Amino acid sequence: MRMTGAEIVWEMLRREGVEVVFGIPGGGIMHTYHPRQEFGIHHVLVRHEQSAAHAADGYARASGRVGVAIATSGPGATNLVTGIATAMMDSSPIVCITGQVSTSVLGTDAFQEADITGITLPITKHNYLVTDITELAATIHDAFRIAQSGRPGPVLIDLPSDVQKAETEFIPPECATTYVPRSLPLLDSEAIDRAVELIDRAHRPVILAGRGVLLSGAGSELASFADRTQTPVAVTLLGKGAFSPSNPLYLGMMGMHGHSAANHAIQEADLLIALGMRFDDRVTGNPAVYALQARKIHIDIDATELGKVISTDVMVHSDLRPVLAEINDRVLAKRHEDWVSKIEVWREQSMTNDTLQHTPNGALPAPHIINEIFAATNGKAVVVTDVGQNQMWTAQYYATECALPFLSSGGLGTMGFGLPAAIGAQFARPNDEVWVIVGDGGFQMSLHELATLVQEDLPIRIALINNRCLGMVRQWQTMFYGGRYEATDLLNPDFVRLAEAYGIQAWRAGSLGAARSAIAEARKHHGPVLVEFEVVRDGELSHVYPMVPTGAALDAMIHRTPIEAASATGRSPWIER
Amino acid sequence: MDRTLIATVADRPGVLNRVASLFRRRAFNIESLTVGHTEREGISRMTIVVDGRRTDSTKVAQNLEKLVDVLEVEDITDRPAILHDLALIKVRVQNRVARSEILRITDSFQARLVDMCPQTAIVEIVGSEQKIRTVVEALRSHGILEMVRTGRVAMVRGESENGNDAPSTDGLSTSEWEQGGSSWQE
Ligand SMILES: Cc1ncc(C[n+]2csc(CCOP(=O)(O)OP(=O)(O)O)c2C)c(N)n1
Repeated sequence: MRMTGAEIVWEMLRREGVEVVFGIPGGGIMHTYHPRQEFGIHHVLVRHEQSAAHAADGYARASGRVGVAIATSGPGATNLVTGIATAMMDSSPIVCITGQVSTSVLGTDAFQEADITGITLPITKHNYLVTDITELAATIHDAFRIAQSGRPGPVLIDLPSDVQKAETEFIPPECATTYVPRSLPLLDSEAIDRAVELIDRAHRPVILAGRGVLLSGAGSELASFADRTQTPVAVTLLGKGAFSPSNPLYLGMMGMHGHSAANHAIQEADLLIALGMRFDDRVTGNPAVYALQARKIHIDIDATELGKVISTDVMVHSDLRPVLAEINDRVLAKRHEDWVSKIEVWREQSMTNDTLQHTPNGALPAPHIINEIFAATNGKAVVVTDVGQNQMWTAQYYATECALPFLSSGGLGTMGFGLPAAIGAQFARPNDEVWVIVGDGGFQMSLHELATLVQEDLPIRIALINNRCLGMVRQWQTMFYGGRYEATDLLNPDFVRLAEAYGIQAWRAGSLGAARSAIAEARKHHGPVLVEFEVVRDGELSHVYPMVPTGAALDAMIHRTPIEAASATGRSPWIER
Repeated sequence: MDRTLIATVADRPGVLNRVASLFRRRAFNIESLTVGHTEREGISRMTIVVDGRRTDSTKVAQNLEKLVDVLEVEDITDRPAILHDLALIKVRVQNRVARSEILRITDSFQARLVDMCPQTAIVEIVGSEQKIRTVVEALRSHGILEMVRTGRVAMVRGESENGNDAPSTDGLSTSEWEQGGSSWQE
């Protein structure tokens, strides 16, 4: 059958099972947009291409499938860049299709020409400039394979407008592809022997579970492994959901704003079993003094991560699931009673300076807001965060149940990610309740997408934590920059009226009681809603605790004042351990 | 120590750029990189020399393997292989004596005199790093005006891809064998 390049694009997307794409049209991609309706694929018109990439990313994270973003040449393509880099850092499979100037003028600085394959070369798994229409179908086919195989990531296809317009005989891509996904090495049985030996000999083991557990679908293998060896599990920010928070072995999140019991356990461990995680500096604290007593086993599908940051005793380059299954068959059942009870002590100690453990008098602490949302949704919402304090509070206090997506920009820490990613997540899970938690700073980096929520009638619930400043940066200024608040105070619009201007019902809450009822009201509503929570900008309640200062050891955490002691002694707002 | 990697890559536009971009992004220290066609159509081959003291060649290989256009990477440093570089050296020819001396150097190192002008000569040397360095030293007193090198290319000896049946080097390392001056080079 004869088809134009544009038709091949949609035909291929249809064959890949794509139901929705996110984008903005323009001169360089109009040919491609034109025949869309005939292929039954829904297009979501976002308000900025960065949102198209984030929405595709959110869709991918929430569905486990490939998300698709479309943009025009030049500025449309360059606007995708932050979204692509975000997806790259967090191993999220997306395919971006960009328009490009005609092949006849490529390289001449033609109107709206940008070298997008050059620009995105280091932030994509792979990219293509398709100059020959006969290669288009196979290229799109390969792009989807590449995005999903091994360690997933973004792929970009740049499509000159004459190629979109040209016609060719459509050849099923399976017949024309040249791409062969790289096969993983066979299980390294010697490495597994050594891993089993270390696990059997350990007295104070800790499992570090990252996003790789989720990507590999190794959740149940992880659960059996932890259970059989009675090994506590700490998760990374992106590993939330890899292990059930209701399991007594769950330590919570590790790292800079991790749970203090998790951080203590890691520093005191004699064995770390790192699964699908990459020892980011937000996770290790100072790597020179990281878990010095521990032997380390590291299993990852990406060989370049093994030994990259932390020197490792046993490295296994593999998909997690088969390795964990193999290890499960071989390790001895263990109890580790002393170790588990030691961890229990840390956990109890941490309660004394956990804001949530105390009734706020008058103020509305952010942990309580997240906890109210958690309670109202029974921990069953798809939660999306933005970046900053709102992200950390959500990670700490929304105990995402196993197998539910928790979406957050981890590796790149992209403010503005939340709202557009939530759009993608809602399309991926139309029947789930989606909450997006944002700060007033990051919200203003993508609030134009409120219009998209309305246009698509998406029942997304926005929790805006308004502290009238760039909270996380301000926290650092308070703690490490002598309280000089350089460029962090925000003069904000009236967010409730702003939401209403978009046709979105909105509430404002400044106390715990008001927060609770606003959340309840918002959940009854059918369309998109926004609840603005007014929180303090200054003082101890405005900070995220605990906190590992940059360059400090992971267990050198700054905690908030133990609550009882606070009023009695009037001590400084935080204490060093 | 230098490590030599051979990367088999798809001969597509931009592949060199992808490799170079990777080295820059990961801050790998690369001594030389050569690329050219192979016996197979559509397949090019890169020889990459890594400064082993500053850059972990295993990491270089693993990162290269993540590039879609890279088909295979092999570290051949510890295998019997021919490691060659080509250098063109332009030297000043001051007088007759100098001329005959340059000719003698060229001869004894199995280099070639590829150009002779009234005032200058161009010497071509193909061989190991060591050999090129020796010739450069020998010619230095004449005044080296210009030098260009291709960078190392490498090929494992013998038949097998895995090097199991590479010919024995009778206890000599490859470079010693090469220095032995046998005439395989011509
Ligand atoms: C695009 C981008 N720009 C700047 C930063 C640096 N940054 C990290 S957190 C933060 C403050 C975020 O403030 P806000 O969105 O109000 O959230 P809060 O921390 O107050 O919850 C900033 C500016 C970033 N992560 N991303």
